Amino acid sequence: MKLSGAQILINSLIKENVEVIFGIPGGCLLPVLDKLYDCKEIQFLLTRHEQGAAHAADGYARATGKVGVCMVTSGPGATNIVTGLATANFDSVPIVAITGQVNTNMIGNDAFQEADLTGITRSVTKHNYLVKDVKDLARIVKEAFYIASTGRPGPVLIDLPKDITLEEIDFNYPKKLNLRSYNPTYEGHPGQIKRAAALISKSRRPVIYAGGGVIISGAEKELIKLAERNGIPVTTTLTGLGGFPEAHPLSLKMLGMHGSAYANYAIMDSDLIIAVGSRFDDRVTGKIDEFAPSAKVIHIDIDPSSISKNVDVDIPIVGDCKSVLSDLNKKINKKPNTSAWLKQIDGWKKTHPLTYEDDNKLHPQYVIEELNKLTKGKAIIATEVGQHQMWAAQFYQHIRPRTFLTSGGLGTMGYGFPAAIGAQVGCPDKLVFDIAGDGSIQMNIQELATVAEYKIPVKILILNNSCLGMVRQWQELFYDKRYQSTPLKNPDFVKIAEGYGVKGIKVTKKQDVIMALKEAIKTPGPVLVDFHVEGEENVFPMVAPGNAINKMMGGLA
Amino acid sequence: MSDKFKKHIISVLVENRFGVLAHISSLFSARGFNIDSLTVGETEDSSMSRMTIVVTGDDRTLEQVDKQLNRLIDVIRVDDLTKKGFVDRELVLFKVKVSSANLKKIKEVLRKNKAKVFDEKNETLSVEFCGDSSQVEKLFKEISNYKLREMTRTGKLAIAKEK
Repeated sequence: MKLSGAQILINSLIKENVEVIFGIPGGCLLPVLDKLYDCKEIQFLLTRHEQGAAHAADGYARATGKVGVCMVTSGPGATNIVTGLATANFDSVPIVAITGQVNTNMIGNDAFQEADLTGITRSVTKHNYLVKDVKDLARIVKEAFYIASTGRPGPVLIDLPKDITLEEIDFNYPKKLNLRSYNPTYEGHPGQIKRAAALISKSRRPVIYAGGGVIISGAEKELIKLAERNGIPVTTTLTGLGGFPEAHPLSLKMLGMHGSAYANYAIMDSDLIIAVGSRFDDRVTGKIDEFAPSAKVIHIDIDPSSISKNVDVDIPIVGDCKSVLSDLNKKINKKPNTSAWLKQIDGWKKTHPLTYEDDNKLHPQYVIEELNKLTKGKAIIATEVGQHQMWAAQFYQHIRPRTFLTSGGLGTMGYGFPAAIGAQVGCPDKLVFDIAGDGSIQMNIQELATVAEYKIPVKILILNNSCLGMVRQWQELFYDKRYQSTPLKNPDFVKIAEGYGVKGIKVTKKQDVIMALKEAIKTPGPVLVDFHVEGEENVFPMVAPGNAINKMMGGLA
Repeated sequence: MSDKFKKHIISVLVENRFGVLAHISSLFSARGFNIDSLTVGETEDSSMSRMTIVVTGDDRTLEQVDKQLNRLIDVIRVDDLTKKGFVDRELVLFKVKVSSANLKKIKEVLRKNKAKVFDEKNETLSVEFCGDSSQVEKLFKEISNYKLREMTRTGKLAIAKEK
């Protein structure tokens, strides 16, 4: 039987087990929307801005491990998801984005709502397609899901002209793919793994530096085994939080610019860094020339281009973290002697804990700590970008993978709220929070309408310091407190929430924090809590830009 | 790691598909790699194209060029021919202004270099020349004293030597 391109698209999405599409309609999508009207398998979840749809698909993917899907119309609808694609691309999140496009015979003619999306998104997607023939559509959808979710995952865009969605042909969903040019390496080279095992056995001051790759490949158990069996401490990157339980005695928490002092001291003094699914980002290494001067480096990553990009690597191992760690665990015959090293690290933990002023004022860190106590580290936490993001990273105890959703690489303000929506849709039984700043929340605040309409019980916690806090902090520390364009004159967030039909709570005193959090958790629907926190609180420790990461500010060495 | 900037000839086998050239050229600009020249054409298999890209950089840059190219879904294979034996050729077309005073001399230079005059009009010689980099360089050195009016080059094509 012949089916239209629109129907073929939907049938293909069903074949890929898609249950929800985040998106916004538009003219070029009309034939697809019309077919969705009769589709029972897939929900079209209407966001209020296309950026929200892209981040929601991202949050869904990060929380569930499945491919997130968003669908928007041509032109402005499509350009509005570019930030969402770039965010997902940077943090290796599998998304398939479907954009409407003008009719094929109009492409390039400056037609109404036309934009060259494959051109625009080339550098922020893992791959993209412009469908020029309806015969290719099913194959392209299958390839898109495969490419998005395998190897180093990432966003794939399908630009779909309207006339293609109307043409009719027979539908056959391909069973097999023929991608001769795309063969990700999953298994690590046995010789390299053997060399790595020998190097680990000989080390005295090893550190595991684990990134988002651990979570993506589901390598938590293998990582714990490597650490426990050999007595090796573990620090994680921002996107790696939850990849190793922070309650574990071997956890050093996060490293880098706002990492724990003991993680930074440990990595700088180490004689061996075992990098797993991480990429030596500049926020992690600080001044690269002075980074970990006596350390040899083993680098495990599925993306060869991440290896030896920023630091020289002694033993590169290209492969999937889970597979490589599992092989590596079998190959280490002799446990390294790390007892003196662990003792030294315990000393640093005692002398340099993460801390903040304990007084009667409402400090933002306190809100996070109390949230952690109430949720026992089991909630899904999405964040925006800025000071609140760093406090959420530092003061929430991350114990499970896929529970901390944050824009690590691109640093996208406005990410957290829609990502929380996506996570909640994917994990309806979990408690989902967006920890936000008063600046960030306003970048996608329109999604309050989405959570109200669909009764998505996301809890928004605004750590409101009436400024763009992270930039203000830099202005305070490095620009002589010249606060250019960082103070914010904010609306009444409670009233805004109420205007959308969402419950709003304002908290101005420390003693009201726990009550408000409990109230938010107890409320069945979405809630916004506006915490008026100390305005000039800073994120410490902090490595000033251009410094080695053991040179930290904030009452430390 | 050596910091020496060297010219490398990269041979890239790609899917012969819409947008592949744009993908590769935008990768080079996004990553800040410098292309000296790029040629592209079909291969013995019409579903594949081969690009010959001349790029200048240190070892780390070239390692990244190789890895980043390999990340592209439509790239089938990347070879740094500089590391192997290779043969390179470039086709150059140019016009040179002549007068009765220097015509003989110019023709002699061209003949010695095996450059071929394919047109002669309006006191102008139109010339084609095909050679490897050293031959192209030599020719241009020898005719540098004369007035070149227009020139176009294909950029380098290269192929690995049989072992």
